[in-house]
Amino acid sequence: MPKDSGIGASPKRREDVRFLSGTGNYTDDIQVNGQAYVHFLRSDIAHAKIIGINLDAASAMPGVIKIFTGADFEGVGGIPCGWQVTDRHGEPMQEPAHPVLAQGKVRYVGDQIAAVVAETLEQARDAAEAIEVDLEELPAVVDMKAALAEGATKVHDDLTSNLCYDWGFVEENKPAVDAAFEAAAHVTTLELRNNRLVANPMEPRVAIGDFNRATGESTLYTTSQNPHVIRLLMGAFVLGIPEHKLRVVAPDVGGGFGTKIFHYAEEAFCTFAAKALNRAVKWTSTRSEAFISDAHGRDHVTKIELALDADNNFTALRTDTYANMGAYLSTFAPSVPTWLHGTLMAGNYKTPLIYVNVKAVFTNTVPVDAYRGAGRPEATYQLERVIDKAARELGVDPIALRRQNFITEFPYATPVAVEYDTGDYHGTMDALEKMADLSGFETRRKESEARGKLRGFGVNCYIEACGIAPSNLVGQLGARAGLYESATVRVNATGGIVVMTGSHSHGQGHETSFPQVIAEMIGIDESMVEIEHGDTANTPMGMGTYGSRSIAVGGSAMVRATEKIIAKAKKIAAHLMEAAEADIELKDGAFSVAGTDKSVAWGDVTLAAYVPHNYPLEDIEPGLEETAFYDPANFTYPSGAYACEVEVDPDTGKVTIEAFNAADDFGNIINPMIVDGQVHGGIGQGIGQALLENAAYDENGQLLSASYMDYAMPRASDVPFYGVDHSSQTPCTHNPLGVKGCGEAGAIGSPPAVVNAVVDALRSGGHDIHHIDMPVSPSRVWQAMNG
Amino acid sequence: MYNFDFEKPSTIADAVSALGTEDAQALGGGQTLLPTMKQRLASPSKLVSLKGIAEMQGICTGDDGALCIGGATTHADVAAGAGAYAGLAGLAAGIGDPAVRARGTIGGSLANNDPAACYPAGALASGATIVTNAREIAADDYFQGMFTTALEEGEIITEVRFPVPEASNYQKFEQPASRFALVGVFVAKYADGVRVAVTGASEDGVFRWSEAEAALSGNFSADAVADMAPSADGLISDLHGSAAYRAHLVSVLTRRAVAAAN
Ligand SMILES: Cc1cc2nc3c(=O)[nH]c(=O)nc-3n(C[C@H](O)[C@H](O)[C@H](O)COP(=O)(O)OP(=O)(O)OC[C@H]3O[C@@H](n4cnc5c(N)ncnc54)[C@H](O)[C@@H]3O)c2cc1C
Repeated sequence: MPKDSGIGASPKRREDVRFLSGTGNYTDDIQVNGQAYVHFLRSDIAHAKIIGINLDAASAMPGVIKIFTGADFEGVGGIPCGWQVTDRHGEPMQEPAHPVLAQGKVRYVGDQIAAVVAETLEQARDAAEAIEVDLEELPAVVDMKAALAEGATKVHDDLTSNLCYDWGFVEENKPAVDAAFEAAAHVTTLELRNNRLVANPMEPRVAIGDFNRATGESTLYTTSQNPHVIRLLMGAFVLGIPEHKLRVVAPDVGGGFGTKIFHYAEEAFCTFAAKALNRAVKWTSTRSEAFISDAHGRDHVTKIELALDADNNFTALRTDTYANMGAYLSTFAPSVPTWLHGTLMAGNYKTPLIYVNVKAVFTNTVPVDAYRGAGRPEATYQLERVIDKAARELGVDPIALRRQNFITEFPYATPVAVEYDTGDYHGTMDALEKMADLSGFETRRKESEARGKLRGFGVNCYIEACGIAPSNLVGQLGARAGLYESATVRVNATGGIVVMTGSHSHGQGHETSFPQVIAEMIGIDESMVEIEHGDTANTPMGMGTYGSRSIAVGGSAMVRATEKIIAKAKKIAAHLMEAAEADIELKDGAFSVAGTDKSVAWGDVTLAAYVPHNYPLEDIEPGLEETAFYDPANFTYPSGAYACEVEVDPDTGKVTIEAFNAADDFGNIINPMIVDGQVHGGIGQGIGQALLENAAYDENGQLLSASYMDYAMPRASDVPFYGVDHSSQTPCTHNPLGVKGCGEAGAIGSPPAVVNAVVDALRSGGHDIHHIDMPVSPSRVWQAMNG
Repeated sequence: MYNFDFEKPSTIADAVSALGTEDAQALGGGQTLLPTMKQRLASPSKLVSLKGIAEMQGICTGDDGALCIGGATTHADVAAGAGAYAGLAGLAAGIGDPAVRARGTIGGSLANNDPAACYPAGALASGATIVTNAREIAADDYFQGMFTTALEEGEIITEVRFPVPEASNYQKFEQPASRFALVGVFVAKYADGVRVAVTGASEDGVFRWSEAEAALSGNFSADAVADMAPSADGLISDLHGSAAYRAHLVSVLTRRAVAAAN
C-alpha cells in the first residue's frame, strides 16, 4: 500500500490552494505605499553608438519624477558575473563591463537606454516616447563564427575580440584523444545547433525597490529563484549596500526555469532609484519586454565526433562548440557551456577519452544563461544524436549500441573530471523497454503507414548532474559563490515547526515535500510543519533553487538541522523521564525509554524547551531551534532512458508525438506525485525545444520571434500522456536522504529522443537523412524530405 | 494604451455618425485592435463599439437562399449557427481559441484582412457580398492586398452574404506559434463552377487559385489537382516556411479540402 504521509507519500501540493484560487502573493501583487513606476526605454537597434540623449521634452511631461540614463550610473558598479572561466591557455575569460543603463553604446535590441520614473506607468511610457535618442548604427554581430572572423566588428571595443574564452577540457587529454581518432575503426561526425530559447515563465519579471530613510535600509522585492544571491551580488558589487542594510524578498514566484536566477539591471535600478528618489519604484515587465530582456537559453553550435573500435566500443569523443554569450555576461553564463556541459560529455558511457572545446562568443543579442538543464541538455543532445547516427552507420540497434557501452561499475570516474556515485543504466533501459512496448512497434508502424504516415521510434539516455558542489571545488572552477544550502528548523512551544530554508520554491512544491521529510524523521503529521522561504530577513543565507538542487542540498541541510533538534529533544526527554539519553528512542512523535513503557509526547518535550520549569538548565539552553549549512561532497547523478514515438505527415512535414516514455533513476523519492509532475513539465519543455521553440535573430540583430505570434510554446495538444517510471532507484551515496534531484531531467532527456524518432521515421520513408536541426518544424521536415 | 473616448451606439446610423470624428475607429470584438492599442501601435481618438447594434447581430437566410451574417456576429455564433453552410461553420470553429471566438467578429476579421486570417478565404471562395452602411461590395473587389480592403474611412461592414455552395471545406494548416493559417485553403463548389481561395500564403493577401478552380470545375475530385501547385513567386517566406513550402501546402490542402468536401 502506498504511504499516506512522510517520505514516499503523495499528498496534494498544499501551495496549490493559493496558486489555484488566486490568493498567491506575487511580486506584482505587492503595492508599496507611494510607489512610483519605471518604464525602461530599450534600444530597438542591435548595435549603435549613443551620440546623445535629449531629455528636455520628456522631463517636462506630466507625472515625470526623474529620468535616469547611463550617466547617472557613473561610479556605480556594473552587473557582476558570478563565474570566471579560465581558458585553454590558463588566461581568464574576457569580461566586459555591464552597466545598469547603457553607457556609450547599446549592444542588443532590448538594452536599456534610459529609465523614466513617473507617478503612473502610462505617464512613464508617454515620457519615454518623448526622449530623443541619437544613435549611430553599427554593424550588428549576430552569427558566432562571423563574430570570431578577423576584422569582425567588436561588441565591446575595449576587449581584444568577440571571444570570451576558448576552453579546452580536459586540455591534457587532447593528444591522446586525437590519437584515438587516428586509430579508430569508425568515426561518426555530426554538426548541429542547439536552438536558442526564451524561458517564458508564466509570471514575467517584476522588481520593486524601496528605501526607508529612517533606518537607511533598502528592500528589493523581486521575482528571483535565489534572493540571497541577489542580495550579495547587488549589495556587494553594484550598489555597495552591506547585507544588514539590504533585504531581498522573492515571494511567490510564477516559474523560473533558470531565467530568474540571475541578477538583472532592473533590480539594481529599482533599488538605486528608490534611494535616490526616497520613494518606492516598481517595474513590471511586459511579455514583449520579457522576450528581449530575460536571459535566453542554449544557443550552441557544435561539431561532435565519436570514435569506435571494430567491436563498436566507444573509444573517444571530441567536440567543438560555439556558445553564444549574447552581448554581456549574465550571472552564470560562462559556467553553462563549460562546467555544466563539458563535465557531462561522458553521458552514461565508458568512453575512455574525451576532449571538449568551447568557444564562448559575444554577439549583439540578448545575454544567454542557464535555462532548465543548463549545459546538460546541450551535452546530452549532441551525444545522444551522434550515438544514434553511429548506430545507423554501423547497422546496429541503437539500444544495443548504448547498452554495450554503458557504465556498469560505480563509483565511476569519467575522463571529464566527475565521479558518478551510483546508477543502473541497464535498469532504467529495461524499465523503458517494457513501458514503450518495443515489440509492438512494427505493428504500430504498419498501422501508421496504412494511413499514409511515417512512424519513428527514438531513444536516448541522459545523466543529470544536480546540486553542483562542493563549494571548495566549484571555487577552483571559477565560481564566485559557494554552493551549500541552509535551513533553520524552529520548533514552537506546542510542537509545530517552521523551517526557514535557503532554497526557494517557484512551482516545485517545496512547501509540501519538505514537511514530508520532517514528518518522517519525527513521526508527526505533515500539517505540523510549515516552510518559509524567499525573504533574506528571516531565512539563513542560502543559495536558492536551480540545478535541481533543492531536495538534495536544501533538503539535506534541513535534515541536518532536524537531527540537531532531535538530539537536543532527546536530552530534554531523558531529563523528563529521568533516563539515560542513550536509551531514548523517537518513534511516531513520542520519546520512549528503550525496554520500558515510559514515554513522553513530542509536544511535552517542545513545551518543556520553552517553559523550562522541569529542565536541565545547567546542561542545555532552553528553546528548540537549530540551523545547519550543508555543503555536499559531490554532485548527484540522476540518470534515465527516454523513448519517443512520432508520426510524421509526409505531405506537410508535421510531426506529432504519439508516445513518450521516461524511465528515471532519481534515487530515493520524497513525493512521487511531485516528481512525476517535474518530469512531465520537463518533457513538455523538451518537446517544446525539439518541435516548436526558436528564438531566431535576423542578420541585423532583430529578434524575429519576439512574441507568441512567432515564438511557439508547447500546448497541451502538442504533448501526449506520458509514461513515467521511477522504479529504478539507486540512492545517492553522499547525502542523508539518498536523493538525487529531478527538476531538469525531463528537459534534458527529451529533445534527443524526439529528434531521433523523427529521423527514424523519415528514414523509414526512404529519406536518406541523418539530422534535422531543432525545432523540427513542419517546414524543416518537409525541407529535409525534399532536399 | 493611449487615452481614447468610447461610444456604444445601438443603431448603424448612430455608429456611422460617431465614426465621423477624426481618428475614430470601429471596435468589433477587439481581438486585433485592443492588442495593437496596448502595444501603442494604434491610437484611435475614439472607439465606437458595434456590439450594441442589434441589426448587426446574428445569422439568417436571405430570399435568394444566401446565408446572411450580421457584421458584428462572433466567430462562436457562426460556428454554432451557420449549419446551413458547413464549410463556413467549420472555418469559424477553427479560429483562435474559445476566448477569441467568443469576442472576435466576422466584420472585424474581414475589415482587418490579415494575410493569415481565415474569413477572407471563406468570403472570397464563396463569392460573398460584403454589405456596408453605404454599399454592397463583391468579395472579388473587396480584398486589395495585405491589411488592405475596399472599405472607406468610417465605413462599417453591417452584413456579409454567403451564397451557399453544394459542397465546401476549409483546410487550415496552422502556423505553429500564432495558430493563424500558415496556409489555409477554402474550396466551394457551386452549380456554375468551383472557387478556391487561399489565405496565409501570398504577399498580396488572400487570392483565388484559378488553375485549380478550372481543373476542379471540370472534375471535382482531388485527382484533378493531384500534380498541381501554384507558383512560389510572390508567396511569403518567413521563419515558419519558405515560399516553396507554402506553394506545396496550397497544393496539399486543396486536395484535402476537395476530398473532405466530397
Ligand atoms: C489569440 C488569437 C488567435 C487568433 N487566431 C485567429 C485565426 O486562427 N484565424 C483568424 O482568422 N483570426 C484569428 N484571430 C483574429 C480574430 O479572428 C479577430 O477576431 C479578428 O481578426 C478581428 O475581429 P474583431 O471583431 O476582434 O475586430 P477588432 O479587433 O475589434 O477590429 C479589427 C479591425 O477591424 C475594424 N472593424 C471591426 N469591426 C468592423 C466592422 N464591422 N466594419 C468595419 N470595420 C470593423 C476595426 O476598426 C479594426 O480596424 C486571432 C486573434 C487572437 C487574439
